[in-house]
Amino acid sequence: MDTRKEKFPYGIPGHNLSEVEREIPVEEPSAWPVNDKLKVIGKRIKRIDALEKVTGKAIYTSDIKLPGMLYAKMFRAKVPHAVITSIDTSKAENLAGVHAVHLIKNTKKDGEKDNKGKYPMVKYVGQPLGGIAAESLEIAKEAASLVQVYYEEKPFVVDLEAAMELNAPIVFDQPIEQQEDGGDVGESHDGSKGEGNVRGPSTSSFFGGPRGDLDLGFQEADVIVERTYRTQVHTHMPLETHGVVVDWNSDMMTVYASTQNTASVRNQMANVFNLPKSRVRVICEFMGGGFGAKHSAGSFGPMAANLAKKTGRPVWLMLDRKEEHLAEGNRPNSIQYLKIGAKKDGTLTGIQQRSHGTAGVGLGAGVGRIAQILYTCPNFATEQYDVLTNAGPGAAWRAPGNVQGAFGLEQAIDEMAEKLNMDPLTYRDRIDTSEVRKVERQRGAKLFGWSRRRPAGSSKGVVKKGLGVGQSTWPRFVSLDSSVEVKIHKGGGVEIRSSVQDIGTGTKTILAQVVAEELGLEVTDITVNIGDTFFPVGPGSGGSVVTGSITPPTRNATFEAKKELLKLVAKKWETDSSELDMSNGEVYHKRDTSKKMTFKEATKLLRTSQISKIASRSDDYGGFQQPWGLAYGDLGSVQFAEVSVNTDTGLVKVDKIVAAHSCGRPLNITQLESQINGGVIQGVSYALYENRVMDKGTGHMMNANVDQYKVPFSMEIPEIETVIVEEYSGRSSTDAYGIGEPANIATAAAIANAVYNAIGVRLYEIPITPSSILKALSEVS
Amino acid sequence: MEHKNPDPEPKPEKTITRRGFLRGAGLSTAGSVLLTSNALAFDYKEELAVGKEFGPEPMTLKMKVNGTVKSLSVEPRTTLAGALRDYLELTGTKVVCDRGACSACTVYLDGKPVNSCMMSAFDVGDKEVTTIEGIAKDGVLHPVQEAFIEHDASQCGYCTPGMVMSCVHLVDNHPNPNLEDVKNATRGNLCRCGTYPKVFAATMAAAKKSM
Repeated sequence: MDTRKEKFPYGIPGHNLSEVEREIPVEEPSAWPVNDKLKVIGKRIKRIDALEKVTGKAIYTSDIKLPGMLYAKMFRAKVPHAVITSIDTSKAENLAGVHAVHLIKNTKKDGEKDNKGKYPMVKYVGQPLGGIAAESLEIAKEAASLVQVYYEEKPFVVDLEAAMELNAPIVFDQPIEQQEDGGDVGESHDGSKGEGNVRGPSTSSFFGGPRGDLDLGFQEADVIVERTYRTQVHTHMPLETHGVVVDWNSDMMTVYASTQNTASVRNQMANVFNLPKSRVRVICEFMGGGFGAKHSAGSFGPMAANLAKKTGRPVWLMLDRKEEHLAEGNRPNSIQYLKIGAKKDGTLTGIQQRSHGTAGVGLGAGVGRIAQILYTCPNFATEQYDVLTNAGPGAAWRAPGNVQGAFGLEQAIDEMAEKLNMDPLTYRDRIDTSEVRKVERQRGAKLFGWSRRRPAGSSKGVVKKGLGVGQSTWPRFVSLDSSVEVKIHKGGGVEIRSSVQDIGTGTKTILAQVVAEELGLEVTDITVNIGDTFFPVGPGSGGSVVTGSITPPTRNATFEAKKELLKLVAKKWETDSSELDMSNGEVYHKRDTSKKMTFKEATKLLRTSQISKIASRSDDYGGFQQPWGLAYGDLGSVQFAEVSVNTDTGLVKVDKIVAAHSCGRPLNITQLESQINGGVIQGVSYALYENRVMDKGTGHMMNANVDQYKVPFSMEIPEIETVIVEEYSGRSSTDAYGIGEPANIATAAAIANAVYNAIGVRLYEIPITPSSILKALSEVS
Repeated sequence: MEHKNPDPEPKPEKTITRRGFLRGAGLSTAGSVLLTSNALAFDYKEELAVGKEFGPEPMTLKMKVNGTVKSLSVEPRTTLAGALRDYLELTGTKVVCDRGACSACTVYLDGKPVNSCMMSAFDVGDKEVTTIEGIAKDGVLHPVQEAFIEHDASQCGYCTPGMVMSCVHLVDNHPNPNLEDVKNATRGNLCRCGTYPKVFAATMAAAKKSM
């Protein structure tokens, strides 16, 4: 391929900014300078779809109403483990207003030796069994309640530690495979190895397997920290539940989906119904949150399609809040044993990690790779086990694995710092080689006032104050399945199209910014049409891949379209198009100031009705670490927490968080702040509040609602300040990356470290509740 | 323990509303499932259509919504939220928890915020309903809406209509709210994306502008 050499900004402005030379494809645009010198990139740009959101006009999947549409309701298992002997749907079918009933059959042959029946074995409360389509949602709900299911019940287990015992009820007799949207990103879990309910371990990742010699490492150590940490199961609880509206006629299956991956929903539906992908269209214009759990069509997508097929009418099927909690994903819990060794000067000599967690009937309960890669350490090994239980399957949840792993690792590092008599920040300066986290520590500490920190437990009075810090890393993933079409219409109008969806992060807005910057237009001049699989394929909104994957081809396609437009203007002005450029809504001659015309006038020179350019993500400049798109560099963060702990009541209040982050070239400061706020608040929630509570006697979730599934509301929100560090590395034409996962990883660890600093007693388990604080205090007094 | 949703159908003689049930049920749990719902709309005192026979067939109902009287035929078990969303195509009002714990379904009845998922459509009577679609007047945004856009006070946007309803009510009825007032006004509004800081900033800015 023809390439050329191009200089790119490299490093961190205000710290070590320099230049790097890269060999890039000859047709790609020149490097953008640093954000200071750009018009709309890196600025505070208003979200382009905010007007629809604040006026109630935004149409989400749950809001769709099609002519003749029926409403569907699924019915679900009410016992945790059973063979279904029969299902009686006669009463439901006879209810006035019911149009169709569809049962999930045992077509896959689940292989369980006890099950010879027509239906899959029940493995958890809330497992879908069938669905009903009716004239109204009320009728569908009533009909669902009339379905009689007869079970032959089996022993079950919902508790992680109970499931690990050798005589525990067995959840699956057979090897199982990791579900498509489950668990850790980029890591496969082996469900065929192991004994009883304990499967695995997973010992290696895309960062390699074990390294060095742990025995030697711990022999060399002067100081050892050895602890066990516990984290809970929490559910995603997006405000809009999972669901679809399916409109299926002879030509096309149209699926309106609340999804973070239109392309994968399209692929799944085509696969299930044996349709060509060209006959399935998935549309997601607005969606009400996903956080990792909405990458597939689940069982509700095929259910709605089956009901649509049976009735010949469009079918609306959105889950209710309880179904959402029970069956549509959660972050697995963990019991993590961690042993770290260091020399007197702090140099790490060994890290050993062993974890058990349950993703219910799914796999993917690892604790990520943060212990493997965050700090330099020559000797490392991990064993991560999946434990099967009779509970709903886990799913990727904002920074899967790493959030659990950071809670353990970053507390262990804090404890090590104390044993070495070093300040936790100074200690991290010693063992963390990341340049960007160094800057984040400096700038974050200054804004936070880290120098106020006093020794652990020295705070006086009933309400004790504490300060803590936690760090994180997240890989830079790039999806090569990232394509866009950019159109310039004759007479004005610029449009961008892709199947990529905006899950609330502001993808629509950053795409408009990239196009506007390249064409010298205003963001409001750009029309963004995304979330439709009729357009070029875009990535799923997960793993923080979207920005890094889709913005470079967006810029490249725009650049191609611009070149074509400039050629037409150059022809008119009898000059070379390389003499021309665009800014402030005008095309101008770089040396002859008399020559200029508006963008709109320029588009009138088109001989056809439009310029249309499609571009796809190319390899990173300089290539990838792994050929499938693990990029160089990482997305690091340092978060600081200030807490108040009432030692009489045990109540912990997070007063303030300072979150220092990097994401390559920041594109939209306002939206980045919003995402960081969200990650931090979810981290506060993980540290102090939310917890899926299962009843061991019945296998039911006890708090499958909003009022008892505790998450922070306005009264629990701390003051949050953000530091966004620009970091240039010249890896693509935008050099920009996402921030979704990083925002969420370090918070719980920072809070736990701050709680320790306040009361002088360390808590190894989340959520940290008033009762756990009081228990910890009573054990030392 | 499995929560059984009480039948929302109004029973003329002995009225057990969902809200009344939840008042009793919400406080009886323990451990980390502690803490009650804190929806502001709980203060509203509804007037039940006592003594009348309803249903089970659909019945015609007149309701004044955003300044216009609408006529609709719904089953007596229909909630106000269901009537707005499924029969009047006013889908800005969102149903998230369906039991009065998240305020996404907030609308006004005669200017007072209520949870429309907790109310029978037949209990509205002659009160005027205002939904999110009725907040901007003649295409002119309310200062709170403008500030929400300016301060990026929405992410996925699903909680936004309810948030706007709570914040507009505060700004229209409180001369000079401080941060605590804004937090108090939105204390029942759940936002899972964690947009609260921007909601607070937007509402304070809107209040300053409205003075």
